[in-house]
Amino acid sequence: MISVNIDGKEVQVPEDSSILKAAEKAGIWIPTMCYSELFEPYGVCRLCSVEVIRGRRSRVVTACNYPVREGLTVLTNSEKIQWIRKMIMEMMLSRWPNVGVVKDMATRLGVTKPRFESLEKDEDPNACILCGMCVNACKELVKAEVLGFAYRGIKREVVLPFDKKSAECIVCGACAHVCPTGHVKMIIEDYRGKKPEFTLGAKTAIYVPSMQAVPRVPVIDTESCIHFKTDGCETCSKVCEPQAINYKMEDEIIEFEVGQILVATGFDIFDATPMAQYGYGRYDNVYSSLEFEYLLNSTGPTGGKILLKNGKEPRAVGIIHCIGSRDTNHHPYCSRVCCMYALKFAHLIHDRTRAAIYQFYIDMRAFGKGYEEFYSRLLNEGITMIRGKAAEVVEASKSKEDEGKLLIRCEDTLIGKFREIPVDMVILCNAIEPRKDSDTVKKLFSMSKSPDGFFLERHPKLDPTSTMTDGILIAGCAQGPKDIPDTVAQASSAAARILSLIAKGEVEIDPICATVQEEFCSGCKICNNLCPYSAIEFLIDKNISHVNEVLCKGCGTCVAACPSGAMTGSGFTDKQIYAELEGLLEI
Amino acid sequence: MSKPKLALYWAASCGGCEIAVLDIEEKILDVADFFDIVFWPVALDFKYKDVEAMPDKNIDLCLFNGSIRTSENEHLAHLLRKKSKVLVAFGSCAHEGCIPGLANLYKKEDILNFVYKESPSTINEAGIFPQTKFKVNGNEIDLPEFYESVKPLDEVVPVEYYIPGCPPQPPQILAVISLIIEGKPLPPPGSIVGAGEKTCCDECTRTREEKKIKKFYRPFEIVSKPDQCLLDQGILCMGPATRSGCGALCVSANMPCRGCYGAPPNSLDQGTKMISALSSVIDSQDPEEVERIINNIADLVGTLYRFSLPSSILKQKKILRSGQNASN
Repeated sequence: MISVNIDGKEVQVPEDSSILKAAEKAGIWIPTMCYSELFEPYGVCRLCSVEVIRGRRSRVVTACNYPVREGLTVLTNSEKIQWIRKMIMEMMLSRWPNVGVVKDMATRLGVTKPRFESLEKDEDPNACILCGMCVNACKELVKAEVLGFAYRGIKREVVLPFDKKSAECIVCGACAHVCPTGHVKMIIEDYRGKKPEFTLGAKTAIYVPSMQAVPRVPVIDTESCIHFKTDGCETCSKVCEPQAINYKMEDEIIEFEVGQILVATGFDIFDATPMAQYGYGRYDNVYSSLEFEYLLNSTGPTGGKILLKNGKEPRAVGIIHCIGSRDTNHHPYCSRVCCMYALKFAHLIHDRTRAAIYQFYIDMRAFGKGYEEFYSRLLNEGITMIRGKAAEVVEASKSKEDEGKLLIRCEDTLIGKFREIPVDMVILCNAIEPRKDSDTVKKLFSMSKSPDGFFLERHPKLDPTSTMTDGILIAGCAQGPKDIPDTVAQASSAAARILSLIAKGEVEIDPICATVQEEFCSGCKICNNLCPYSAIEFLIDKNISHVNEVLCKGCGTCVAACPSGAMTGSGFTDKQIYAELEGLLEI
Repeated sequence: MSKPKLALYWAASCGGCEIAVLDIEEKILDVADFFDIVFWPVALDFKYKDVEAMPDKNIDLCLFNGSIRTSENEHLAHLLRKKSKVLVAFGSCAHEGCIPGLANLYKKEDILNFVYKESPSTINEAGIFPQTKFKVNGNEIDLPEFYESVKPLDEVVPVEYYIPGCPPQPPQILAVISLIIEGKPLPPPGSIVGAGEKTCCDECTRTREEKKIKKFYRPFEIVSKPDQCLLDQGILCMGPATRSGCGALCVSANMPCRGCYGAPPNSLDQGTKMISALSSVIDSQDPEEVERIINNIADLVGTLYRFSLPSSILKQKKILRSGQNASN
């Protein structure tokens, strides 16, 4: 530690501090316009000029990059310095009279009107003030080194290499973020259709997935994080006091040996983009149900306020049911949850805005406990219920003020009339559909799927949580669309079943199983692919198939398929069956 | 001690089995040396009456090829049964009906109608059909009757052994005959001899994968890979449902197995086993596509039961048979 005297104040600072840091510690403000803690001081704006006195000599230096020395005396507000600052501000103001940061700083330093006119006067409020923040961020922080200065003197400007879009640019946005005037802008091209999930706003590369996340810690999106592209940045680790950020952490595959598995892989929501008539992906204010749910959330992009893309409150909202469900072109089944969440949406919109709310439904299915009551309550809240599937959503704007207005066309089957309802927000109740990777999961666990694509339970009524494979249980929407109470009930039942087997400690195997009579098997490999329980293995050394009796459920698929008769069902060989028939026929 | 007596006879057959016997090459001389050949219509001039004149059980070994199509076939089957100690159903026709047995897909009258009247190359204005009796020069001649259906030999008379194959492969014939010549113990009656105990796949050297079939090809529709299982490539090979013994001859010549060695030891019906196997490996869940794939197979019965229709559980397109000839 060394001691420095700034404006008569003695401060103790570490040896490698700059004057600016020391002044900050002493509580003395030094104006800056090109300084950021994120990168090395650049010293280009000269605003931080201070007077350094050593003995009887004084010098003007820039505080941001001038290191302190033992016994240094600094004056930050001497007449000379005030004169320098004012001159700098006058020059800046004369060149960029409308730039916010320049105007603010000028006011703060007591400059109102420059005494002279600049030949390079630029009246753009977003003009580049050549502070170099973007260039330094790109070079030192991001380490992409794309932005740079070109030309000299008054012609100096910030450019991309060859003034073209550069492939080296990783589109991190750091330059736009540090730019004090808004001269550098991020233009998000094609912002929908690119991201699979919520695209209601930009987010940082390190983020907490949701406020309900457990554990509630941030994750790094390595595809967007600058550090993973250029090895630079590391801003988050610089600001993290407990040093909790570890860039070297990687996805790990951990293997557990388990006896039972509960498959609760959930669902995907139906992508309404192919149903072009509803304009999802084309019109700004057409939302999927999950996007709207995110919008409603108090931790969402609008903090729970229901707003249009232009930031205004909607005046009319249309909620269209059965998007992709109960539709022979997509999913014939009912997704079961949509009616109720659509009513919930309506209730919350009614609660939070003064918008008129229209529900377009085919049938209202309020089947659960308390659901019908909720429906009746909603009817009394003044929500317009229109029975009929909306035919299309079209743009209805005729004038500029109307921009973004949408028109829902539908047939109201209760009054037998064709209707057109103007709204400015449309919420689609997308179907619940099986996850895209469900085929892989199905194969992995030797499960089956029902025709709707969800995993098949052993028995729809008597055994809805287990599958045909012992030890593999299913719960939730992986088995079929269901609401939260049903999911909880099913999952609890599955958990209880798992526990009951654990408590018992042993498993009983059915005596019915297939066996390979080895002397007859020639290894034609017809059976190997067929076993729904993966019980058939191929013995390469013997060139025959073999049945694992523990896995075999005795379904007989392989027995039927075996062309040589080598695969037999224990106790049900052809000879035994024929003998039984003969016995019967003799009577 | 006199030589053991050998008889060979052909019923409804193509003659290939006779040639297969000769295909044992110079070993035929050992056979002629060891046996006293007492009856062999295709090669030696013995008459039926010579056989009728023999005492019962006079013939030590009778190799009977051909299926039972006419009353003459059946008559000789009974006669040779009576005169032989060991009667062998020799070749696929005698064993399980073979190609002549595919005629069981048609009724007798349809066959006669077509052959004697409707076929484009036939002119039969007088409408003459085969008769069982015919008068010529004041004498009546008995002619064999054409039966309603084709039967394998063992449906007419009990048989000691079966030698499968269309025709049986010379090395296998030789092996069986050598067994007798060398005086080795014979297998229990009712056995299939001159064949293996597994399926054709056991002898096939092609590489097999787990099967998934999207389309069936006839051999001329595809250039097949020489090392890969033909069924894997979509060519309907009967190998998996066919008894071994031939040495995988057809598949080594790039042609699918046609199934002439009959059902493997533990299988009761070759065709049903094969259709069941095929339907298990069709790679589709869509009923329409499955139907389309199945329809790719040309002549389903003729493919799956090419050699075994009369002895299969199908036996015939429509059961016409009267009780008289049914086996027990």
